Amino acid sequence: MLAKRIIPCLDCKDGRVVKGVQFVDLRDAGNPAELAEAYDREGADELVVLDISASREGRSTWMDTVYRVARNLFIPLTVGGGVKSADDARRLLEVGADKVAVNTAAVENPGLLEELAARFGRQAIVIAIDARRTVGLDADPRWTVLTYGGSRETGLDALEWARQAESSGAGEILLTSMDADGTQDGFDCELTCKVSQAVRIPVIASGGAGKPEDFARVFLRGAADAALAASIFHFRQHTIRSLKSYLKSQGVPVRIDAAG
Amino acid sequence: MIGVISYGAGNTGSVLKAANHVGMSARRVETAGELEAAEKIILPGQGHFGAMMQLLAARNLIGPLRAALDAGKPFLGICLGLQVLYDRSDEAPGIDGLRILPGSVRKLEGAYKIPHVGWSPLEIRRETAILDHIAGGSYVYYCHSYCGSVTAETCAVTRYGVEFPAVVETGNIHAVQFHPEKSGRVGLRIFENFMRM
Repeated sequence: MLAKRIIPCLDCKDGRVVKGVQFVDLRDAGNPAELAEAYDREGADELVVLDISASREGRSTWMDTVYRVARNLFIPLTVGGGVKSADDARRLLEVGADKVAVNTAAVENPGLLEELAARFGRQAIVIAIDARRTVGLDADPRWTVLTYGGSRETGLDALEWARQAESSGAGEILLTSMDADGTQDGFDCELTCKVSQAVRIPVIASGGAGKPEDFARVFLRGAADAALAASIFHFRQHTIRSLKSYLKSQGVPVRIDAAG
Repeated sequence: MIGVISYGAGNTGSVLKAANHVGMSARRVETAGELEAAEKIILPGQGHFGAMMQLLAARNLIGPLRAALDAGKPFLGICLGLQVLYDRSDEAPGIDGLRILPGSVRKLEGAYKIPHVGWSPLEIRRETAILDHIAGGSYVYYCHSYCGSVTAETCAVTRYGVEFPAVVETGNIHAVQFHPEKSGRVGLRIFENFMRM
């Protein structure tokens, strides 16, 4: 049996955790290393930290942030934001990341995923896909891929891109619904389920988490392997511990530490 | 000094970090001399069975490692560091393992997603020092596509399509298929238990 994973996400800018509603209006939610340890203690199964400043100047600050987050963390750590090359990935893995998430660069550089998988192993490579719902010619919903933090429409079909990224070497998919992101109205279960069925690698659902029921739904109906959220944890609307107790009562397998 | 074998692949850094966090004085060892000087040995692992055996051989570490095991030095193998204790692996036909445990390493199979990545519970079969203060049902973090054979040396198993050894022990030799360095408090407890040996 495999537990469904609960993953808090720390969006970082200039060494601090921020959380934007639909990636705009940023609010400061604290020190990344402290928050990471707190989430580990509370029962997080994994942690994602993203650099949303995406400026090249701040890169040494970012490496220092990742190092400080990783130093006292003993659960898997995924790091993303602005990863453009195997060298970028190597530096992150060297300072303590276990997995590296790539988004825009994987779309623009078709050889990147193969290169990353060959050098670091598939288990270390996460493809981050930002998807937006549109309506296809047959009136059924379809989803297209956005890059540059959701600001650029690529026209790529999200399901096809997910399959292609898997065959290129991605070991996991971090799937964000840009429609749901920041709304706290629930995950896009239809998108998550379609992508999860299209691939054989784990899918992390992201965007829209607002209440415990949203997590139960994305695991039970959305076929997600993991679910990611930021604001609802940062602002203590729900703790990971209380969320996991609820999920367990709903029949979702979760890791609850006996010592916890 | 506790030696963490570094053979040019794998996540030695994470293992060192966890070992030192619980108070071990763990150091990276890369040569036969360094290995001989270590009182206890950790063999972390990630990657390919054949590559690991070849990298260990290329660094002349296999002989000194066997000697240390025969001398009764406490040993902890992690993930691939468990698999290489077996005779051989389907991942690398024709390449011998350390031949401490009988049988071969085989690919995980079933309707589940492979690799097995994430948290699964331990089912404890018999008590062993490396599992002190760790309750049956505790979740640990896995990331692997191959697994060992269940033998008399198996102390705990995990089920993922098939039942496979999660923890093995034979005398001074201990090994875990999961990643204690990524398994939160339960994982740190494994390092503490090893430190006390």
